[in-house]
Amino acid sequence: MTTLTDPPKEQFRLSMLLYDTRYRSATIQVIALIGFMLLAAWIISNTMQNLAALGKPVEFGFFAEPASYDINQRLIDYTSRDTHLRAAFVGLLNTLVVAVLGCVTATILGVVIGVARLSHNWIVARIMTVYVEMFRNVPVLLWIVFIMAILIETLPAPRAFRGENPEASMMLGDTVAITNRGVYIPEPLFSNTLGDIHLFGDSSLRFNVSLDLMAILVVLGIGIWVSRWIKRRADRIQEQTGDRPVTWWQRTAVIVVPMAILLYLLGFHLGYPELKGFNFKGGTHLRNSLIALWLALSLYTAAFIAEIVRAGILAIPKGQTEAAAALGLRPRRIMRLVILPQALRVIIPPLISNYLNLTKNSSLAIAVGYMDITGTLGGITMNQTGRELECVLLLMLVYLSISLLISAIMNWYNESVKLKER
Amino acid sequence: MKKSVILGAATIAGLAAGAAAAGTMDDVKARGKLNCGVTTGLVGFAAPDANGEWQGFDVAVCRAVAAAVLGDANAVEFVPTTGKTRFTALASGEVDMLARNTTWTFSRDVDLKFEFVGINYYDGQGFMVPKSLGVSSAKELDGATVCIQTGTTTELNLADFFRSNNISYEPVPIETNAEAQQQYLAGACDVYTTDASGLAATRATFENPNDHVLLPEIISKEPLGPLVRHGDNEWGDVVRWTLNALISAEELGITSANIDEMAQGTENPEINRLLGSEGTLGEMLGLDAQWALRAIKAGGNYGEVFAKNIGEDTPIGLARGLNAQWTDGGLLYSPPFR
Amino acid sequence: MSDIGFVRTEMLPEQAPPASEVGIIGWMRHNLFDGWFNSALTLLSVYFVYKVLAALVPWILSPTWDAGSLAECREILAGLGREGHYAGACWGVINERWIQLIFGFYPAELYWRPIAAFILLGVALAPVLFSDKVPAKLLVFSALYPFIFPWLLWGGTIWGPISALLGFVIGWLVYSAVDKAMSNLVGIIAGTLAAVIWWLVLSGYFVGAMDTIAAIGIEPVESRKFGGFMLSITIGVVAIACSLPLGIVLALGRQSDLMIVKYLCVGFIEFIRGVPLITLLFVASTLLNIFLPPGTDFDIILRVLIMVTLFASAYMAEVIRGGLAALPRGQYEGADSLGLNYWQSQRLIIMPQALKISIPGIVSTFIGVFKDTTLVSIIGLLDPLGLSNAIRADANWNGIVWELYGFIALLFFAFCFGMSRYSMYLERKLHTGHR
Repeated sequence: MTTLTDPPKEQFRLSMLLYDTRYRSATIQVIALIGFMLLAAWIISNTMQNLAALGKPVEFGFFAEPASYDINQRLIDYTSRDTHLRAAFVGLLNTLVVAVLGCVTATILGVVIGVARLSHNWIVARIMTVYVEMFRNVPVLLWIVFIMAILIETLPAPRAFRGENPEASMMLGDTVAITNRGVYIPEPLFSNTLGDIHLFGDSSLRFNVSLDLMAILVVLGIGIWVSRWIKRRADRIQEQTGDRPVTWWQRTAVIVVPMAILLYLLGFHLGYPELKGFNFKGGTHLRNSLIALWLALSLYTAAFIAEIVRAGILAIPKGQTEAAAALGLRPRRIMRLVILPQALRVIIPPLISNYLNLTKNSSLAIAVGYMDITGTLGGITMNQTGRELECVLLLMLVYLSISLLISAIMNWYNESVKLKER
Repeated sequence: MKKSVILGAATIAGLAAGAAAAGTMDDVKARGKLNCGVTTGLVGFAAPDANGEWQGFDVAVCRAVAAAVLGDANAVEFVPTTGKTRFTALASGEVDMLARNTTWTFSRDVDLKFEFVGINYYDGQGFMVPKSLGVSSAKELDGATVCIQTGTTTELNLADFFRSNNISYEPVPIETNAEAQQQYLAGACDVYTTDASGLAATRATFENPNDHVLLPEIISKEPLGPLVRHGDNEWGDVVRWTLNALISAEELGITSANIDEMAQGTENPEINRLLGSEGTLGEMLGLDAQWALRAIKAGGNYGEVFAKNIGEDTPIGLARGLNAQWTDGGLLYSPPFR
Repeated sequence: MSDIGFVRTEMLPEQAPPASEVGIIGWMRHNLFDGWFNSALTLLSVYFVYKVLAALVPWILSPTWDAGSLAECREILAGLGREGHYAGACWGVINERWIQLIFGFYPAELYWRPIAAFILLGVALAPVLFSDKVPAKLLVFSALYPFIFPWLLWGGTIWGPISALLGFVIGWLVYSAVDKAMSNLVGIIAGTLAAVIWWLVLSGYFVGAMDTIAAIGIEPVESRKFGGFMLSITIGVVAIACSLPLGIVLALGRQSDLMIVKYLCVGFIEFIRGVPLITLLFVASTLLNIFLPPGTDFDIILRVLIMVTLFASAYMAEVIRGGLAALPRGQYEGADSLGLNYWQSQRLIIMPQALKISIPGIVSTFIGVFKDTTLVSIIGLLDPLGLSNAIRADANWNGIVWELYGFIALLFFAFCFGMSRYSMYLERKLHTGHR
């Protein structure tokens, strides 16, 4: 609040700090700042005193010591001789994996269920309502342990695959094994591999980037770019002449053919899982803990996303549907071209907070023994070193950065689809 | 407006929770209750029954200390702690002592600033496998999936064992014993590893215990014992000698059946000193003369506590083994009461 | 005259619609078998529902209510010729432990106290939640209730809550006196200071003195005894009640023109919303004592209450900010034009309306916090989920899984579902009233 007229050349008096609205806001702010700094100083001095009494000064040196524990799911190389920092890094990657997988699955499921709840089919709509209410009203932690228990109790153990007449068998032509230790799927292998780039030398943050994967991504990227260029050209021709050239086979070919050649050159083949010794060997092992967490987080968050999607669709006035129908659009195209783009604007902001929630809920991995960052840094490392302050603060910092990153990306996307108001 | 809920709560709870000053014993006496940290649930060692009464081997130690200090074996508040929260609970003064099958290690004693007052159970990390697996040694476990209870020294021992024998394994970390058992029984892991006592206790509750075997390898020493904060030696002495009193009582043949009779005075001066009819041991500890009498009466001597909670007649069925008296070839060896 | 007519003069009787369009058949045609896709979906759904029920119902119908252990359950089921892992549920564990799952370790003879506390909670909330049906005079009780609630649950001398209440009275008296004599700002500062001094310094003497004069009180119960659903509800209710004023302050701070105040509030809100609750619970279980003066020690449940309150207040602030933003600009300008100062306009014009709009949001925040209370099992508190682990560690019930999870899930569901229905009803009601 500002006053419009300034009385000229008034002498400054101390009481003006209180009564004059020009200075009062400054007074309040200074008081608030002093109060905050006093509080912070008080907490820090308490902490210092307490830690001194416990004989545990704040220092992060222990991160360079060997972790001495093993981690089952690791996306980068790690042994028990690596440092605590490396273990935390492995955990961070595991967190990111489950968060990304969860967000994608939850979005797909949520949109399908949200639309299905509005279905004319009575029984489908009812089942979806039951689903949404069931998942929304029971704590996610309970769902995580529940789904883990279901996976463990109902799926066959690897030993059931053994013997002359096994109780269980592999699926899809012996390529996929579903066990209660997780799912084994074929893994892509390259016989003429290009090798890896080693980043960051021998440090705890060392990281290998597969050149095979990079090559595939580059070829795919170029293919898509060319394909879009063909589409734009077709659009131009259509605008000029009214005829649209048939391009679908060109557009497919520029993506598929170079990719096939590349894969052939790299010697691409699949490695299949095989029962050897105690376990299946070979293939990619999606562990139970990952699947349970992923499923539980996706199903739980999908229930919320479904409600958001439903609310978003219902928020579009009926006139829009009717106008689109009057233009002669079919129901599915009405949904795709008219309703969903508008609903998206309503949907995205709450969707962001659901993505954030999912990421934060992934910290419950600890309940099923999935070694995410809470399990490594905030779990075993904290437990073994007894450095609670350092570990918890770092853990918070990591989650805070992830959250801010997600909100930044999603807000940027939201800006780009927002209604441009004039 | 409603901010006062927390303040109201704080005032009320503040009455109960005093400041953790240097003299833990004075605090305990002033409070009239012993705060004892136990596990959130481990068969035979600590678990609440239907009435909310805690039962178990570790619980008995808490009750004995409460009986010795406060004269009432039920004057104990049991604070369930997890592997993660137990040390902070003790360090912050939330509990006066921890009786939660905790392994006595160098770094916990020296670096974490705790005082282990003795050993109430000699344990070691073992492996349990289904008989049908046909494994007779832990060294044959190459490539096996191993369930581990986290928050303990177990995962470190395991990593060292497999590394030194150069065999691979897949660790499955699990928070609680109940869940580990569930996974093991369903075949989600081939092997379950934890302290041998825990394995035996878990095995005992299976539908068909005989389908499972414990492998001969014990890959670590796990001396489990109660611990207190560093630097409060009076309190440490009370807990240490209460534990020793239970052990000595068994050695001297004092049982809850004959203790009242023996307390009248016997031919054996050590019994007399222990039970307070002779000497001033209680006074030296800052307690009265009958402290040990009450501690032993609370649940019986060490042997009785063992037999009642985890012994061979219980479903858990642990043999005394290393935990027999030294006179019987075990490791229990209480310093003399003199 | 010929009687040939080309125009019908009387109406034909109405024909019944075809059988395929009305009644059950018509309804099914429209809602279940409308095209091949829908028909396939319907059949698939029916099959799915049948499969689920066929698996669950025989398991649930299991005469094991009186069994005293899992082994006994297995005997009973084997006696009925039902073998195997999923022969039937073992309900004995629920029969034996349901009271524990609800009340934790609260002394059995004092169960009336939590029950009374939660019934009175309903009474206290009634004037807020059902404002059209309940006399507004009950609001006085609502204002006093925050002092009654902890007293009933934790017990102890009655002078504790009275003294806490007195703090507010003293703060208010000082504020009004100074406000008249000097200025509003000084009044607020002086009032707050007076209240804080009362609580921190004088209150202890007051309670001690009054206790010696007239020791009125009920048996104290330590928070350690709290467990099961009672613990969950207590954490939820206390956290929401305490976070409401905090949330209002934070929301106002976030909307304020004062830059430093604004950034402090934004920083706090975004920090809390950016980290998972479990890390805050780690702070409660391992760090909070370190942050406070040496020697401070209060029990873990109180520490958890503090952290959950801070957690809830950030979310509450966002809910209330939404309510503030939904108010038409004219309300603010109208308040200004009446010459009300900031606090007067907030108290008399803005907040009553903003809070009313925010109630559905507050209810859903409460549901969220209530569900999140299960996380305390990870730091070793015996909430329903933590208790289920403790129960499974009992030799009698070692090996039980589904019965306990099912029971806990059912109770959570009943509670949250009821609340969310109420919130939706409220939303509909507010929707018509405030547009």
